[in-house]
Amino acid sequence: MTPVEAGIAAGPAAPAGTERRMTLADALPKRGGFQYNFAFLAEGAKREVRRTLLKAVAIPGHQVPFASPELPIARGWGTGGLQVTMSLIGPHDVLKIIDQGCDGSVNAVNLRKLLVATTGVRTTFDSREATLLQSRHRLPEIPMSTGQIAVLQVPLPEPLRLVEPSEVETRRMHAEGDYARMWVSLYEDVVQNGSVSLSWGYPCRVNEHYIMSPSPIPRWDLPRLHMARHLTLLGAGREKRVYAVPPFTSVKPLEFDDVPFTVENFAGMACVRCGSTDTFLDEIYDENTGRSFRACSDTGYCDLVKAAQAGAAAVMDREAAGE
Amino acid sequence: MNDGMLLDVSGLGKRYGAGCPDCASTTGPDFSTNVCPKCGTVVALDALSFDLKQGEILGVVGESGSGKSTLIQCLYFDVAPSSGSVFMAGEAEGKDLLALPRAHQRRLRARRMGMVYQNPLRGLRMDITSGANVAEKLLEAGTFHFRRIRDRTAELLDGTEIPARYIDVPPRSLSGGMQQRIQIAKALANNPPLVLLDEVTSGLDVSVQARVLDLIRELQRDLGISMIVVSHDMGVIRLLADRTVVLKNGRVVERGLTDQILEDPRHPYSQLLVHSTL
Amino acid sequence: MGYVSVQGGATAIENSRRLNRWQRLRGPSMPLSVQQIQDQLGPLVDRVMSEGALYSPFHAALALKQASGDPIEASFLLRAYRSTLHRMTDSLPIRTDRMRILRRISSAFKTIPGGQVLGSTSDYEQRILDFSLAEEPEAAREEAARDLASAGGEAAATMRPERFRKVVDLLREQGLVAPASAAPSAPGAAGREPTDITQHSAELPLDRSGRLQMLARAETGGVLALAYSSMRGYGSVHPTIAELRVGYVQVRIPHPFRPGQSVCVGALKVTEVEIVASVQRSEPEGKPTFTLGYGACFGHNEVKAISMAVLDRAMKSTTPGAPAEDQEFVLLHTDGIESSGFCSHFKLPHYVTFQADLDRLREMRGGEE
Repeated sequence: MTPVEAGIAAGPAAPAGTERRMTLADALPKRGGFQYNFAFLAEGAKREVRRTLLKAVAIPGHQVPFASPELPIARGWGTGGLQVTMSLIGPHDVLKIIDQGCDGSVNAVNLRKLLVATTGVRTTFDSREATLLQSRHRLPEIPMSTGQIAVLQVPLPEPLRLVEPSEVETRRMHAEGDYARMWVSLYEDVVQNGSVSLSWGYPCRVNEHYIMSPSPIPRWDLPRLHMARHLTLLGAGREKRVYAVPPFTSVKPLEFDDVPFTVENFAGMACVRCGSTDTFLDEIYDENTGRSFRACSDTGYCDLVKAAQAGAAAVMDREAAGE
Repeated sequence: MNDGMLLDVSGLGKRYGAGCPDCASTTGPDFSTNVCPKCGTVVALDALSFDLKQGEILGVVGESGSGKSTLIQCLYFDVAPSSGSVFMAGEAEGKDLLALPRAHQRRLRARRMGMVYQNPLRGLRMDITSGANVAEKLLEAGTFHFRRIRDRTAELLDGTEIPARYIDVPPRSLSGGMQQRIQIAKALANNPPLVLLDEVTSGLDVSVQARVLDLIRELQRDLGISMIVVSHDMGVIRLLADRTVVLKNGRVVERGLTDQILEDPRHPYSQLLVHSTL
Repeated sequence: MGYVSVQGGATAIENSRRLNRWQRLRGPSMPLSVQQIQDQLGPLVDRVMSEGALYSPFHAALALKQASGDPIEASFLLRAYRSTLHRMTDSLPIRTDRMRILRRISSAFKTIPGGQVLGSTSDYEQRILDFSLAEEPEAAREEAARDLASAGGEAAATMRPERFRKVVDLLREQGLVAPASAAPSAPGAAGREPTDITQHSAELPLDRSGRLQMLARAETGGVLALAYSSMRGYGSVHPTIAELRVGYVQVRIPHPFRPGQSVCVGALKVTEVEIVASVQRSEPEGKPTFTLGYGACFGHNEVKAISMAVLDRAMKSTTPGAPAEDQEFVLLHTDGIESSGFCSHFKLPHYVTFQADLDRLREMRGGEE
């Protein structure tokens, strides 16, 4: 069996009656006669990642080491998320890739190119259509639903690194539930600043057990991880760890009973493009005038709102998404 | 465990090294050594048993190498003993504390024990404030209410006679006596039934020693805490302890009421200690 | 007033690719041939094979051409390529005592069994810039060959794989160095498989085989800096080079259909260094011995192999204090692909996390906008 055929055999089964958009042989690049495996990674590597992911899902919030071989993308640029996506993706998946919430961001474009070139899958900018959604630093504004998988790119998986540089020691701290030093650092923060000054990648307690870094998403996105309908997988390629939040799992930011966790404040602001007042807004400085304005970080969502406003065929159904 | 008993320690042993069948029989007070001549293993403690009543202060006296610090560290789960068992009234459903998983031991000691180390560097973190040091004990025990932590910390600092303004000062900027007081405040944070004190006044000026000892006595009287006080100084033991055990080379050589031991020491080593007291 | 237009990203990348390609080819000179790189930039090719963790001079030379000579970028290309290759089998351990020697020296003794072989080295050349190389005629190659032939030729410069003892074995026979892999639990001891960091997730603390694997593919500058710190006095490994060998070793695999036999599938050029360092006792009553450090890497790269050996020794310390003795510090920070990748990642957009930071700061300042 050629690697390509093996890749097809290993991928998810095609639902009955669906047709393939193109053959994989068409999609794979020929570089000096050499063909890359489906989704680039060798099948053995994919299997190892999948086994590791199963363990991660079974122990919510626990960081599981994996071999993490190198990819054509630089370390620190999403190889962890990419390996997770590559290990799960099959010819019938629908893929969305965003960076800072935007499909058009240069790095998202680059990752999408690699995945499409090595798999031929369909892509989308509409988060509701995606079966696999790989993201750097944001979750989509529309809550994801059952059957969707969010793959988050993680630069620094260890939340305790805030108080402890040694990997061996942080592992022990997790094993013994010894989180006192983490809490002390938050306490001192409140003493000095009146509230916890951590801005992104806010540490959370998962399933009432492990403390986890949710990846560098803003506080805005944290509530969307809690009791979610979708599966969240987090990959740190350079640090060689994966971890997971299964559906309907509690994810609670660390907070004091009387100093509650709050999200970013966008009061009085609206997106200049679509007018939304309930999304995470980027602060943008006009190239020409130098004046600042606000716009939705989630460009796919912004597009949908615009389209609905323009009376287009796209139907927006946030209630149906489970809010 | 009997009523009125808090702690039951039996057969506690700690060895450093490979060990051999002759270790126990070739070390101890009769041989004046902890080191096994056959295999070089250090027998820091062997077959140590004692109990501690509710509300009592037990003194543990001995010189360097007696095993008294090792004993305390075993009880506080800093060091894993090689053998023995420890039972604490009303805890762990009557199970041997030494057999509990690490995470359970951590929780237990956070909520139900306090420890004051001889060297404040071991008991305090110098890179955070004094208040945060005390708060750590409260947080470890699961108190996550900021105001309550802050108030309780202020209350404890007050109770240990630490000026309120030191709450936001790191311990490294304070004197040795102050650092010990912070340790005491921290040890008492969760109203534990048991507090362990390891040579708490050694290295302090004599006048400071006296004040810290007075404080300890007062707090124990007011709160009814059971304590184990380790010291090489018979004067400290006399001042604080109701009963005492005398350790030499990792074994108990004498035990009884402190007054009795001071008046009429039986074992030659106890005699030596008592008569050497200045 | 479009902000990041969806098409903009793709166009920018495409144009950047065009620029890159032109940068690589601009100028009046002919495009480099991969063969030239392979032939005339040997040390660079060797370095890329070592850090790319893939032994293939052709692919390393190709990667260097593509990367316009940037060794980390070229190593990155090789590593990525490696990930898509099918792993066929594991070879038998290579036998460096059966090396076809190109160079072999020892600082520990004046003469050694089998002799010292200087080989090709710039160690004793004076580093004077040679301007005649600016206009090197094609005939230079023939001239160099004739010059070497007059001194005995290339054959005289290599040594046949006589099985002369390694210097460390000499010391071992006299009990001055601990016996090799004595403990049954030692990785590499009979029956124990070495760790494979490429196929399995390796957790710290790593055993020695894992540590050496990580060092073998580590970035030369990184291991050099840390080893240098140790040599200078942060922790202190004052090494004596018992033996440094450069040469070719056979790669043998178990015979696919003749059990018990093996077959040679090729040869690797490797650099191997064994250092002898301070004295210690392994047991309290035992006799003291020298401690060892070991380094080996693809190709001819002496600075890396010596640095590896020093770090190998430093990381054995039972009371790590200095950075070079701290396993975590050494192993987590010396992989060139990981370090350069993470360093570069700061160039990615971080405007959402920065927005979060701005929000926090404004809040702490009392809610100004």
